[in-house]
Amino acid sequence: MLELRLHGRGGQGSVVASKILADAVMKSGKYVQAFPEFGVERRGAPVVAFVRIDDKPILLKSKIYTPDHLIVLDPTLIEAINITEGLKENGIILINSEQHPSEFKFDGKFRVMTVDAKRIAIKYRLGSKASPIVNTAILGAVIKAIPVTTMDYLVEAIKDGVPVKIEENIAAAKEAYDSLIKGE
Amino acid sequence: MKKVLMGNHAISYGATLSRVQVIAAYPITPQTQVVELLSEIVANGELDAEFIKVESEHSAMAACIGASAAGARAFTATSSQGLLLMHEVLHWASRARLPIVMANINRAISPGWTIWTDQNDSLSQRDTGWMQIYTADNQEVLDSIIIGYKVAEKVSIPLMIVLDAFVLSHTYEPVDVPDQEKIDKFLPPYKPKIKLDPEDPHAFGGLTAPNIYMEFQYNHQQAMMEAKKIINEVGKEYGDITGRYYQNLSPYKVDDAEYVVITTGTISKTTNIVVDKLRDSGVKIGNLRIRTLRPFPSEEIYEQLKGKKKVFVIDRNISFGNTGIFFQEVKASLYNTDIRVPIFGFVTGLGGRDVTPELIEEIVNIGIKNEKPEEEVIWMGVKK
Repeated sequence: MLELRLHGRGGQGSVVASKILADAVMKSGKYVQAFPEFGVERRGAPVVAFVRIDDKPILLKSKIYTPDHLIVLDPTLIEAINITEGLKENGIILINSEQHPSEFKFDGKFRVMTVDAKRIAIKYRLGSKASPIVNTAILGAVIKAIPVTTMDYLVEAIKDGVPVKIEENIAAAKEAYDSLIKGE
Repeated sequence: MKKVLMGNHAISYGATLSRVQVIAAYPITPQTQVVELLSEIVANGELDAEFIKVESEHSAMAACIGASAAGARAFTATSSQGLLLMHEVLHWASRARLPIVMANINRAISPGWTIWTDQNDSLSQRDTGWMQIYTADNQEVLDSIIIGYKVAEKVSIPLMIVLDAFVLSHTYEPVDVPDQEKIDKFLPPYKPKIKLDPEDPHAFGGLTAPNIYMEFQYNHQQAMMEAKKIINEVGKEYGDITGRYYQNLSPYKVDDAEYVVITTGTISKTTNIVVDKLRDSGVKIGNLRIRTLRPFPSEEIYEQLKGKKKVFVIDRNISFGNTGIFFQEVKASLYNTDIRVPIFGFVTGLGGRDVTPELIEEIVNIGIKNEKPEEEVIWMGVKK
Protein backbone atom coordinates (compact mmCIF):
# COMPACT_ATOMS: atom_id res chain seq x y z
CA MET A 1 0.00 0.00 0.00
CA LEU A 2 1.18 3.49 -0.85
CA GLU A 3 0.15 6.44 1.31
CA LEU A 4 0.46 10.07 0.15
CA ARG A 5 -0.06 13.30 2.06
CA LEU A 6 -0.85 16.58 0.29
CA HIS A 7 -0.16 19.92 1.94
CA GLY A 8 -1.76 23.10 0.69
CA ARG A 9 -3.71 26.09 1.81
CA GLY A 10 -7.48 26.46 1.80
CA GLY A 11 -8.55 27.56 -1.69
CA GLN A 12 -5.63 26.02 -3.59
CA GLY A 13 -7.55 22.89 -4.47
CA SER A 14 -5.66 20.29 -2.42
CA VAL A 15 -8.78 18.24 -1.69
CA VAL A 16 -9.89 18.40 -5.32
CA ALA A 17 -6.35 17.34 -6.32
CA SER A 18 -6.60 14.28 -4.06
CA LYS A 19 -9.95 13.39 -5.62
CA ILE A 20 -8.72 13.78 -9.20
CA LEU A 21 -5.63 11.72 -8.41
CA ALA A 22 -7.85 9.04 -6.82
CA ASP A 23 -10.01 8.99 -9.93
CA ALA A 24 -6.98 8.66 -12.23
CA VAL A 25 -5.63 5.82 -10.08
CA MET A 26 -9.01 4.04 -10.07
CA LYS A 27 -9.21 4.32 -13.86
CA SER A 28 -5.85 2.52 -14.06
CA GLY A 29 -7.41 -0.45 -12.25
CA LYS A 30 -5.97 0.04 -8.78
CA TYR A 31 -7.83 0.50 -5.50
CA VAL A 32 -7.80 3.93 -3.93
CA GLN A 33 -9.11 6.05 -1.09
CA ALA A 34 -8.79 9.83 -0.68
CA PHE A 35 -9.81 12.01 2.22
CA PRO A 36 -9.28 15.47 3.66
CA GLU A 37 -8.09 16.14 7.14
CA PHE A 38 -11.36 15.78 9.00
CA GLY A 39 -12.31 19.23 10.16
CA VAL A 40 -13.21 22.73 9.15
CA GLU A 41 -11.31 24.34 6.30
CA ARG A 42 -10.65 28.05 5.88
CA ARG A 43 -9.24 29.93 2.91
CA GLY A 44 -5.52 30.48 3.36
CA ALA A 45 -5.14 28.16 6.36
CA PRO A 46 -3.00 25.00 6.09
CA VAL A 47 -4.97 22.11 4.56
CA VAL A 48 -4.01 18.45 4.44
CA ALA A 49 -5.41 15.72 2.20
CA PHE A 50 -4.50 12.05 1.97
CA VAL A 51 -4.50 9.34 -0.69
CA ARG A 52 -4.11 5.57 -0.21
CA ILE A 53 -3.34 3.35 -3.20
CA ASP A 54 -3.21 -0.43 -3.30
CA ASP A 55 -3.55 -3.42 -5.65
CA LYS A 56 -6.25 -4.92 -3.42
CA PRO A 57 -9.38 -3.42 -1.79
CA ILE A 58 -8.48 -0.95 0.96
CA LEU A 59 -10.05 -1.89 4.28
CA LEU A 60 -8.04 0.49 6.45
CA LYS A 61 -10.30 3.34 7.63
CA SER A 62 -7.98 5.06 10.08
CA LYS A 63 -5.89 8.12 9.34
CA ILE A 64 -2.45 8.24 7.69
CA TYR A 65 0.39 8.86 10.16
CA THR A 66 3.46 7.66 8.25
CA PRO A 67 3.04 8.64 4.58
CA ASP A 68 5.36 7.29 1.90
CA HIS A 69 5.51 10.59 0.02
CA LEU A 70 4.54 14.27 0.40
CA ILE A 71 3.11 16.67 -2.14
CA VAL A 72 3.49 20.31 -1.15
CA LEU A 73 1.24 22.73 -3.05
CA ASP A 74 2.43 25.78 -1.10
CA PRO A 75 6.17 26.08 -0.32
CA THR A 76 5.57 28.62 2.46
CA LEU A 77 4.17 25.72 4.52
CA ILE A 78 7.66 24.25 4.82
CA GLU A 79 8.56 27.02 7.26
CA ALA A 80 5.13 27.14 8.90
CA ILE A 81 4.57 23.54 9.98
CA ASN A 82 6.57 20.38 10.72
CA ILE A 83 5.93 19.19 7.21
CA THR A 84 7.98 15.97 7.27
CA GLU A 85 6.24 14.63 10.38
CA GLY A 86 5.90 10.86 10.04
CA LEU A 87 7.31 10.81 6.49
CA LYS A 88 9.04 7.50 5.74
CA GLU A 89 12.76 7.38 4.98
CA ASN A 90 13.53 7.86 1.28
CA GLY A 91 10.09 9.42 0.83
CA ILE A 92 9.65 11.90 -1.99
CA ILE A 93 8.89 15.52 -1.11
CA LEU A 94 7.45 17.06 -4.26
CA ILE A 95 7.28 20.84 -3.89
CA ASN A 96 5.57 23.48 -5.99
CA SER A 97 8.54 25.83 -6.33
CA GLU A 98 10.66 27.61 -8.91
CA GLN A 99 13.75 26.64 -6.91
CA HIS A 100 16.02 23.68 -7.56
CA PRO A 101 15.52 20.71 -5.18
CA SER A 102 19.05 21.15 -3.82
CA GLU A 103 18.02 24.47 -2.28
CA PHE A 104 15.70 22.69 0.17
CA LYS A 105 17.19 21.16 3.31
CA PHE A 106 15.21 18.75 5.47
CA ASP A 107 16.13 16.93 8.63
CA GLY A 108 16.10 13.33 7.42
CA LYS A 109 16.79 11.21 4.36
CA PHE A 110 14.25 12.24 1.74
CA ARG A 111 14.18 12.76 -2.03
CA VAL A 112 13.26 16.35 -2.84
CA MET A 113 11.74 17.18 -6.23
CA THR A 114 10.32 20.45 -7.51
CA VAL A 115 8.02 21.70 -10.22
CA ASP A 116 7.12 25.31 -10.91
CA ALA A 117 3.39 24.66 -10.83
CA LYS A 118 2.63 28.27 -9.90
CA ARG A 119 4.24 29.59 -13.10
CA ILE A 120 2.41 26.93 -15.15
CA ALA A 121 -0.95 27.69 -13.50
CA ILE A 122 -0.53 31.42 -14.16
CA LYS A 123 0.49 30.73 -17.76
CA TYR A 124 -2.79 28.84 -18.35
CA ARG A 125 -4.79 31.41 -16.35
CA LEU A 126 -5.88 28.91 -13.68
CA GLY A 127 -7.07 31.00 -10.76
CA SER A 128 -5.70 34.52 -10.44
CA LYS A 129 -2.09 35.73 -10.57
CA ALA A 130 -2.27 36.44 -6.83
CA SER A 131 -3.74 33.05 -5.97
CA PRO A 132 -3.23 30.59 -8.82
CA ILE A 133 -4.94 27.18 -8.60
CA VAL A 134 -2.01 24.80 -8.92
CA ASN A 135 -3.71 21.48 -8.29
CA THR A 136 -3.95 20.09 -11.83
CA ALA A 137 -0.46 21.31 -12.70
CA ILE A 138 1.10 19.62 -9.71
CA LEU A 139 -0.73 16.37 -10.45
CA GLY A 140 1.13 16.16 -13.75
CA ALA A 141 4.38 16.22 -11.81
CA VAL A 142 3.03 13.82 -9.19
CA ILE A 143 2.42 11.02 -11.65
CA LYS A 144 5.91 11.54 -13.12
CA ALA A 145 7.53 11.39 -9.68
CA ILE A 146 5.30 8.63 -8.31
CA PRO A 147 4.07 6.57 -11.27
CA VAL A 148 0.74 5.39 -9.83
CA THR A 149 -1.22 6.04 -13.02
CA THR A 150 -0.71 7.28 -16.58
CA MET A 151 -1.14 10.71 -18.18
CA ASP A 152 -4.06 9.33 -20.24
CA TYR A 153 -5.97 8.41 -17.10
CA LEU A 154 -5.06 11.70 -15.45
CA VAL A 155 -6.42 13.57 -18.47
CA GLU A 156 -9.69 11.63 -18.19
CA ALA A 157 -9.89 12.34 -14.48
CA ILE A 158 -9.29 16.06 -15.04
CA LYS A 159 -12.10 16.08 -17.63
CA ASP A 160 -14.45 14.54 -15.05
CA GLY A 161 -13.23 16.49 -12.05
CA VAL A 162 -12.62 20.08 -13.19
CA PRO A 163 -15.64 22.32 -13.75
CA VAL A 164 -14.05 24.95 -16.06
CA LYS A 165 -11.01 25.48 -18.35
CA ILE A 166 -10.63 21.76 -18.96
CA GLU A 167 -8.16 22.10 -21.86
CA GLU A 168 -6.03 24.58 -19.90
CA ASN A 169 -5.93 22.27 -16.89
CA ILE A 170 -4.87 19.35 -19.08
CA ALA A 171 -2.17 21.44 -20.74
CA ALA A 172 -0.91 22.52 -17.31
CA ALA A 173 -0.71 18.91 -16.12
CA LYS A 174 1.22 17.89 -19.25
CA GLU A 175 3.65 20.78 -18.98
CA ALA A 176 4.28 20.00 -15.31
CA TYR A 177 4.86 16.34 -16.19
CA ASP A 178 7.64 17.43 -18.53
CA SER A 179 9.19 19.96 -16.19
CA LEU A 180 9.62 17.96 -12.97
CA ILE A 181 13.11 18.43 -11.50
CA LYS A 182 14.25 15.31 -9.66
CA GLY A 183 17.27 16.65 -7.78
CA GLU A 184 20.07 14.32 -6.67
CA MET B 1 -20.29 2.84 -13.97
CA LYS B 2 -17.45 3.22 -11.48
CA LYS B 3 -17.00 6.66 -9.96
CA VAL B 4 -14.81 8.01 -7.18
CA LEU B 5 -17.43 9.24 -4.72
CA MET B 6 -17.46 10.66 -1.23
CA GLY B 7 -19.95 8.95 1.08
CA ASN B 8 -22.23 11.97 0.98
CA HIS B 9 -22.50 11.82 -2.79
CA ALA B 10 -22.99 8.04 -2.67
CA ILE B 11 -26.14 8.85 -0.69
CA SER B 12 -27.25 11.41 -3.31
CA TYR B 13 -26.78 8.90 -6.13
CA GLY B 14 -28.60 6.21 -4.13
CA ALA B 15 -31.58 8.53 -3.67
CA THR B 16 -31.50 9.57 -7.34
CA LEU B 17 -31.43 5.96 -8.54
CA SER B 18 -34.37 5.25 -6.19
CA ARG B 19 -36.28 7.98 -8.07
CA VAL B 20 -37.30 9.75 -4.88
CA GLN B 21 -40.17 12.17 -5.51
CA VAL B 22 -39.87 14.52 -2.56
CA ILE B 23 -36.69 15.71 -0.84
CA ALA B 24 -36.95 17.95 2.21
CA ALA B 25 -33.80 18.74 4.11
CA TYR B 26 -31.97 21.26 6.21
CA PRO B 27 -28.17 21.58 5.95
CA ILE B 28 -25.82 20.50 8.74
CA THR B 29 -22.13 19.56 8.67
CA PRO B 30 -21.17 16.86 7.71
CA GLN B 31 -24.38 16.10 5.78
CA THR B 32 -24.74 19.26 3.65
CA GLN B 33 -23.15 17.84 0.48
CA VAL B 34 -25.85 15.15 0.30
CA VAL B 35 -28.60 17.66 -0.40
CA GLU B 36 -26.34 20.09 -2.27
CA LEU B 37 -25.79 17.46 -4.97
CA LEU B 38 -29.44 16.37 -4.88
CA SER B 39 -30.60 19.97 -5.35
CA GLU B 40 -28.35 20.22 -8.43
CA ILE B 41 -29.65 16.93 -9.80
CA VAL B 42 -33.24 18.11 -9.35
CA ALA B 43 -32.49 21.61 -10.74
CA ASN B 44 -30.91 20.29 -13.93
CA GLY B 45 -33.84 17.98 -14.56
CA GLU B 46 -32.10 14.63 -14.05
CA LEU B 47 -34.50 13.75 -11.25
CA ASP B 48 -38.21 14.56 -11.31
CA ALA B 49 -38.67 15.49 -7.65
CA GLU B 50 -39.95 18.28 -5.45
CA PHE B 51 -37.08 19.80 -3.49
CA ILE B 52 -38.55 21.46 -0.41
CA LYS B 53 -36.37 23.93 1.48
CA VAL B 54 -37.36 24.00 5.13
CA GLU B 55 -36.38 26.01 8.19
CA SER B 56 -35.39 23.09 10.44
CA GLU B 57 -34.90 19.35 10.60
CA HIS B 58 -38.19 19.02 12.45
CA SER B 59 -39.89 20.57 9.43
CA ALA B 60 -37.85 18.44 7.02
CA MET B 61 -39.22 15.26 8.57
CA ALA B 62 -42.72 16.76 8.83
CA ALA B 63 -42.61 17.52 5.08
CA CYS B 64 -41.46 13.95 4.39
CA ILE B 65 -44.37 12.66 6.48
CA GLY B 66 -46.87 14.68 4.45
CA ALA B 67 -45.30 13.62 1.17
CA SER B 68 -45.14 9.96 2.12
CA ALA B 69 -48.74 9.99 3.38
CA ALA B 70 -49.75 11.39 -0.02
CA GLY B 71 -48.05 8.40 -1.65
CA ALA B 72 -44.72 9.92 -2.68
CA ARG B 73 -41.30 8.34 -2.17
CA ALA B 74 -39.73 10.77 0.32
CA PHE B 75 -36.11 11.31 1.33
CA THR B 76 -34.14 13.37 3.79
CA ALA B 77 -30.68 13.38 5.34
CA THR B 78 -29.33 14.83 8.55
CA SER B 79 -26.82 14.45 11.34
CA SER B 80 -26.35 14.82 15.08
CA GLN B 81 -28.19 17.84 16.53
CA GLY B 82 -30.39 17.87 13.43
CA LEU B 83 -31.48 14.30 14.05
CA LEU B 84 -32.14 15.12 17.68
CA LEU B 85 -34.39 18.00 16.67
CA MET B 86 -36.34 15.54 14.49
CA HIS B 87 -36.96 13.20 17.39
CA GLU B 88 -40.64 13.94 17.94
CA VAL B 89 -41.57 13.55 14.28
CA LEU B 90 -39.47 10.40 13.90
CA HIS B 91 -41.99 8.70 16.18
CA TRP B 92 -44.79 10.13 14.08
CA ALA B 93 -43.30 8.83 10.81
CA SER B 94 -42.91 5.30 12.12
CA ARG B 95 -46.25 5.08 13.94
CA ALA B 96 -47.96 6.41 10.81
CA ARG B 97 -46.16 3.47 9.11
CA LEU B 98 -44.67 5.65 6.37
CA PRO B 99 -41.78 4.12 4.37
CA ILE B 100 -39.51 7.18 4.41
CA VAL B 101 -35.78 6.56 3.95
CA MET B 102 -33.31 8.89 5.62
CA ALA B 103 -29.53 9.01 5.76
CA ASN B 104 -27.96 9.99 9.05
CA ILE B 105 -24.29 10.87 9.18
CA ASN B 106 -23.07 9.77 12.62
CA ARG B 107 -21.72 12.91 14.25
CA ALA B 108 -21.08 13.18 17.97
CA ILE B 109 -23.34 15.32 20.15
CA SER B 110 -22.45 18.73 21.60
CA PRO B 111 -21.28 20.25 23.85
CA GLY B 112 -18.26 20.38 23.64
CA TRP B 113 -18.86 21.51 20.12
CA THR B 114 -17.92 18.76 17.67
CA ILE B 115 -18.47 17.72 14.07
CA TRP B 116 -16.66 14.38 14.22
CA THR B 117 -18.07 10.90 14.36
CA ASP B 118 -19.69 8.69 16.94
CA GLN B 119 -22.98 6.84 17.11
CA ASN B 120 -24.82 8.48 19.97
CA ASP B 121 -27.05 10.56 17.68
CA SER B 122 -28.64 7.62 15.85
CA LEU B 123 -28.59 5.36 18.90
CA SER B 124 -30.64 7.97 20.77
CA GLN B 125 -33.33 7.23 18.16
CA ARG B 126 -33.21 3.46 18.69
CA ASP B 127 -36.72 3.29 20.11
CA THR B 128 -38.46 5.60 17.64
CA GLY B 129 -39.78 2.59 15.70
CA TRP B 130 -37.49 3.12 12.69
CA MET B 131 -35.31 0.46 11.14
CA GLN B 132 -31.60 1.30 11.38
CA ILE B 133 -28.83 0.00 9.12
CA TYR B 134 -25.15 0.78 9.84
CA THR B 135 -22.86 0.88 6.80
CA ALA B 136 -19.10 0.43 6.42
CA ASP B 137 -18.09 1.74 2.98
CA ASN B 138 -19.39 4.10 0.32
CA GLN B 139 -20.55 1.32 -2.00
CA GLU B 140 -22.68 -0.07 0.80
CA VAL B 141 -24.05 3.42 1.48
CA LEU B 142 -25.33 3.82 -2.09
CA ASP B 143 -26.68 0.27 -2.29
CA SER B 144 -28.36 0.49 1.12
CA ILE B 145 -30.45 3.52 0.15
CA ILE B 146 -31.92 1.62 -2.80
CA ILE B 147 -32.43 -1.59 -0.80
CA GLY B 148 -33.79 0.55 2.03
CA TYR B 149 -36.74 1.80 -0.01
CA LYS B 150 -37.69 -1.70 -1.10
CA VAL B 151 -37.57 -2.98 2.49
CA ALA B 152 -39.35 0.06 3.93
CA GLU B 153 -42.16 -0.13 1.39
CA LYS B 154 -42.62 -3.87 1.93
CA VAL B 155 -43.08 -3.57 5.69
CA SER B 156 -44.42 0.03 5.88
CA ILE B 157 -41.76 1.20 8.32
CA PRO B 158 -39.29 4.05 7.79
CA LEU B 159 -35.61 3.21 7.55
CA MET B 160 -32.47 5.07 8.55
CA ILE B 161 -29.16 4.46 6.78
CA VAL B 162 -26.30 5.37 9.09
CA LEU B 163 -22.69 6.18 8.18
CA ASP B 164 -19.63 7.57 9.96
CA ALA B 165 -18.95 11.30 9.66
CA PHE B 166 -15.85 12.08 7.59
CA VAL B 167 -14.52 8.50 7.63
CA LEU B 168 -17.21 7.85 5.02
CA SER B 169 -19.09 11.11 4.45
CA HIS B 170 -16.01 13.02 3.23
CA THR B 171 -13.83 10.10 2.07
CA TYR B 172 -13.60 9.31 -1.63
CA GLU B 173 -13.77 5.66 -2.63
CA PRO B 174 -14.49 3.91 -5.93
CA VAL B 175 -18.22 3.20 -6.10
CA ASP B 176 -20.10 1.28 -8.76
CA VAL B 177 -23.16 3.34 -9.70
CA PRO B 178 -25.64 0.82 -11.11
CA ASP B 179 -27.60 1.45 -14.30
CA GLN B 180 -30.95 3.17 -13.76
CA GLU B 181 -32.67 0.49 -15.84
CA LYS B 182 -31.46 -2.23 -13.50
CA ILE B 183 -32.63 -0.33 -10.43
CA ASP B 184 -36.01 0.48 -12.01
CA LYS B 185 -36.64 -3.25 -12.34
CA PHE B 186 -35.54 -3.90 -8.77
CA LEU B 187 -37.42 -0.97 -7.26
CA PRO B 188 -40.70 -0.18 -9.05
CA PRO B 189 -42.63 3.02 -8.19
CA TYR B 190 -44.11 3.19 -4.68
CA LYS B 191 -47.74 2.09 -4.60
CA PRO B 192 -49.19 2.63 -1.11
CA LYS B 193 -52.22 0.58 -0.10
CA ILE B 194 -53.79 3.71 1.29
CA LYS B 195 -52.88 7.38 0.88
CA LEU B 196 -54.07 10.98 1.25
CA ASP B 197 -56.28 11.42 -1.78
CA PRO B 198 -59.16 13.92 -2.22
CA GLU B 199 -60.86 11.45 -4.61
CA ASP B 200 -60.82 8.73 -1.97
CA PRO B 201 -60.76 10.49 1.41
CA HIS B 202 -59.46 8.88 4.61
CA ALA B 203 -58.65 10.27 8.03
CA PHE B 204 -55.11 9.67 9.38
CA GLY B 205 -53.74 9.69 12.90
CA GLY B 206 -57.05 10.17 14.65
CA LEU B 207 -57.87 9.64 18.30
CA THR B 208 -56.91 6.09 19.20
CA ALA B 209 -58.58 5.03 22.44
CA PRO B 210 -57.17 2.34 24.77
CA ASN B 211 -59.38 -0.25 23.09
CA ILE B 212 -57.38 -0.03 19.83
CA TYR B 213 -54.03 1.77 20.40
CA MET B 214 -52.26 -1.36 21.60
CA GLU B 215 -53.16 -3.26 18.44
CA PHE B 216 -51.35 -0.64 16.34
CA GLN B 217 -48.26 -1.16 18.47
CA TYR B 218 -48.55 -4.93 18.15
CA ASN B 219 -48.81 -4.67 14.36
CA HIS B 220 -45.82 -2.33 14.22
CA GLN B 221 -43.80 -4.83 16.25
CA GLN B 222 -44.93 -7.76 14.06
CA ALA B 223 -43.90 -5.84 10.95
CA MET B 224 -40.54 -5.05 12.53
CA MET B 225 -39.93 -8.72 13.34
CA GLU B 226 -40.95 -9.64 9.79
CA ALA B 227 -38.40 -7.09 8.54
CA LYS B 228 -35.53 -9.24 9.86
CA LYS B 229 -36.37 -11.74 7.14
CA ILE B 230 -37.26 -9.11 4.53
CA ILE B 231 -33.93 -7.28 4.91
CA ASN B 232 -32.07 -10.53 4.17
CA GLU B 233 -34.39 -11.46 1.28
CA VAL B 234 -34.20 -8.05 -0.40
CA GLY B 235 -30.45 -7.93 0.24
CA LYS B 236 -30.10 -11.23 -1.59
CA GLU B 237 -32.33 -10.10 -4.44
CA TYR B 238 -30.15 -7.00 -4.85
CA GLY B 239 -27.05 -9.18 -4.78
CA ASP B 240 -28.41 -11.32 -7.58
CA ILE B 241 -28.55 -8.29 -9.89
CA THR B 242 -25.42 -6.42 -8.74
CA GLY B 243 -23.16 -9.10 -7.23
CA ARG B 244 -23.22 -7.26 -3.90
CA TYR B 245 -25.11 -9.07 -1.17
CA TYR B 246 -26.20 -7.40 2.07
CA GLN B 247 -27.63 -9.12 5.15
CA ASN B 248 -28.40 -8.18 8.76
CA LEU B 249 -24.97 -9.45 9.74
CA SER B 250 -21.68 -9.40 7.89
CA PRO B 251 -19.43 -12.11 9.38
CA TYR B 252 -15.72 -12.27 8.54
CA LYS B 253 -13.86 -15.52 9.32
CA VAL B 254 -16.33 -16.26 12.14
CA ASP B 255 -17.07 -19.90 11.16
CA ASP B 256 -14.08 -21.59 12.78
CA ALA B 257 -13.22 -18.75 15.18
CA GLU B 258 -12.76 -19.21 18.94
CA TYR B 259 -12.93 -15.47 19.59
CA VAL B 260 -15.32 -13.05 17.92
CA VAL B 261 -15.06 -9.27 17.78
CA ILE B 262 -18.41 -7.55 17.28
CA THR B 263 -18.21 -4.27 15.38
CA THR B 264 -20.31 -1.74 13.48
CA GLY B 265 -19.60 0.94 10.88
CA THR B 266 -16.14 1.61 9.50
CA ILE B 267 -14.37 0.14 12.55
CA SER B 268 -15.42 -3.21 11.08
CA LYS B 269 -13.30 -2.77 7.97
CA THR B 270 -10.18 -1.90 9.96
CA THR B 271 -10.94 -4.85 12.27
CA ASN B 272 -10.79 -7.25 9.31
CA ILE B 273 -7.15 -6.26 8.80
CA VAL B 274 -6.45 -7.11 12.46
CA VAL B 275 -8.26 -10.44 12.10
CA ASP B 276 -6.04 -11.36 9.13
CA LYS B 277 -2.90 -10.37 11.02
CA LEU B 278 -3.81 -12.35 14.14
CA ARG B 279 -4.87 -15.34 12.07
CA ASP B 280 -1.39 -15.34 10.51
CA SER B 281 0.04 -15.75 13.99
CA GLY B 282 -2.35 -18.60 14.79
CA VAL B 283 -5.11 -16.81 16.74
CA LYS B 284 -8.52 -18.16 15.74
CA ILE B 285 -10.46 -14.94 15.59
CA GLY B 286 -13.33 -13.57 13.52
CA ASN B 287 -15.20 -10.30 13.14
CA LEU B 288 -18.99 -10.12 13.24
CA ARG B 289 -20.28 -6.84 11.87
CA ILE B 290 -23.80 -5.92 12.89
CA ARG B 291 -25.52 -3.98 10.08
CA THR B 292 -29.06 -3.98 11.41
CA LEU B 293 -29.73 -2.52 14.85
CA ARG B 294 -33.52 -2.42 14.44
CA PRO B 295 -34.92 -4.95 14.01
CA PHE B 296 -32.20 -6.61 16.09
CA PRO B 297 -31.10 -9.90 14.49
CA SER B 298 -30.90 -11.85 17.77
CA GLU B 299 -31.40 -15.32 16.28
CA GLU B 300 -28.70 -14.77 13.65
CA ILE B 301 -26.28 -13.46 16.26
CA TYR B 302 -26.93 -16.56 18.37
CA GLU B 303 -26.13 -18.78 15.39
CA GLN B 304 -22.87 -16.92 14.75
CA LEU B 305 -21.73 -16.98 18.38
CA LYS B 306 -22.68 -20.60 19.17
CA GLY B 307 -19.63 -22.53 20.38
CA LYS B 308 -17.30 -19.52 20.62
CA LYS B 309 -15.01 -18.98 23.61
CA LYS B 310 -15.24 -15.22 24.08
CA VAL B 311 -16.86 -12.19 22.52
CA PHE B 312 -15.46 -8.64 22.37
CA VAL B 313 -17.91 -5.85 21.51
CA ILE B 314 -16.48 -2.52 20.29
CA ASP B 315 -18.84 0.42 20.79
CA ARG B 316 -18.34 3.89 19.30
CA ASN B 317 -20.97 5.22 21.70
CA ILE B 318 -21.80 5.24 25.39
CA SER B 319 -25.03 5.05 27.34
CA PHE B 320 -24.00 7.12 30.36
CA GLY B 321 -24.56 5.20 33.56
CA ASN B 322 -24.47 1.86 31.80
CA THR B 323 -22.27 0.63 28.91
CA GLY B 324 -21.82 0.78 25.16
CA ILE B 325 -25.17 0.22 23.47
CA PHE B 326 -24.33 -2.61 21.07
CA PHE B 327 -22.75 -4.40 24.05
CA GLN B 328 -26.08 -4.18 25.90
CA GLU B 329 -27.99 -5.35 22.87
CA VAL B 330 -25.77 -8.36 22.28
CA LYS B 331 -25.75 -9.43 25.93
CA ALA B 332 -29.52 -9.04 26.28
CA SER B 333 -30.21 -11.03 23.13
CA LEU B 334 -28.19 -13.99 24.43
CA TYR B 335 -29.53 -14.13 27.97
CA ASN B 336 -32.28 -16.68 27.29
CA THR B 337 -30.01 -18.90 25.21
CA ASP B 338 -27.43 -21.52 26.20
CA ILE B 339 -24.51 -19.19 25.34
CA ARG B 340 -22.69 -18.41 28.60
CA VAL B 341 -19.30 -17.08 27.52
CA PRO B 342 -17.54 -13.93 28.73
CA ILE B 343 -18.58 -10.87 26.71
CA PHE B 344 -16.28 -7.86 26.96
CA GLY B 345 -17.55 -4.34 26.24
CA PHE B 346 -15.10 -1.75 24.89
CA VAL B 347 -15.87 1.93 24.31
CA THR B 348 -13.64 3.90 21.95
CA GLY B 349 -13.47 6.36 19.06
CA LEU B 350 -15.87 8.90 20.57
CA GLY B 351 -16.06 12.31 18.92
CA GLY B 352 -14.01 11.12 15.95
CA ARG B 353 -10.98 9.84 17.85
CA ASP B 354 -9.15 7.63 15.36
CA VAL B 355 -9.57 3.87 15.71
CA THR B 356 -6.38 2.31 14.41
CA PRO B 357 -5.48 -1.34 13.77
CA GLU B 358 -3.08 -1.10 16.74
CA LEU B 359 -5.92 -0.05 19.06
CA ILE B 360 -8.15 -2.87 17.85
CA GLU B 361 -5.32 -5.37 18.35
CA GLU B 362 -4.91 -4.07 21.89
CA ILE B 363 -8.65 -4.61 22.48
CA VAL B 364 -8.44 -8.19 21.22
CA ASN B 365 -5.39 -8.92 23.38
CA ILE B 366 -7.14 -7.64 26.53
CA GLY B 367 -10.04 -9.94 25.71
CA ILE B 368 -7.89 -12.98 25.06
CA LYS B 369 -5.64 -12.49 28.12
CA ASN B 370 -8.34 -11.92 30.73
CA GLU B 371 -10.59 -14.74 31.81
CA LYS B 372 -13.49 -12.32 32.15
CA PRO B 373 -13.92 -8.55 31.93
CA GLU B 374 -12.70 -6.76 35.04
CA GLU B 375 -14.82 -3.71 34.31
CA GLU B 376 -18.30 -3.44 32.83
CA VAL B 377 -17.04 -0.77 30.40
CA ILE B 378 -13.44 -0.89 29.20
CA TRP B 379 -12.47 2.55 27.85
CA MET B 380 -9.80 2.38 25.16
CA GLY B 381 -7.59 5.24 24.06
CA VAL B 382 -8.90 7.63 26.71
CA LYS B 383 -6.74 10.01 28.73
CA LYS B 384 -7.86 9.33 32.31
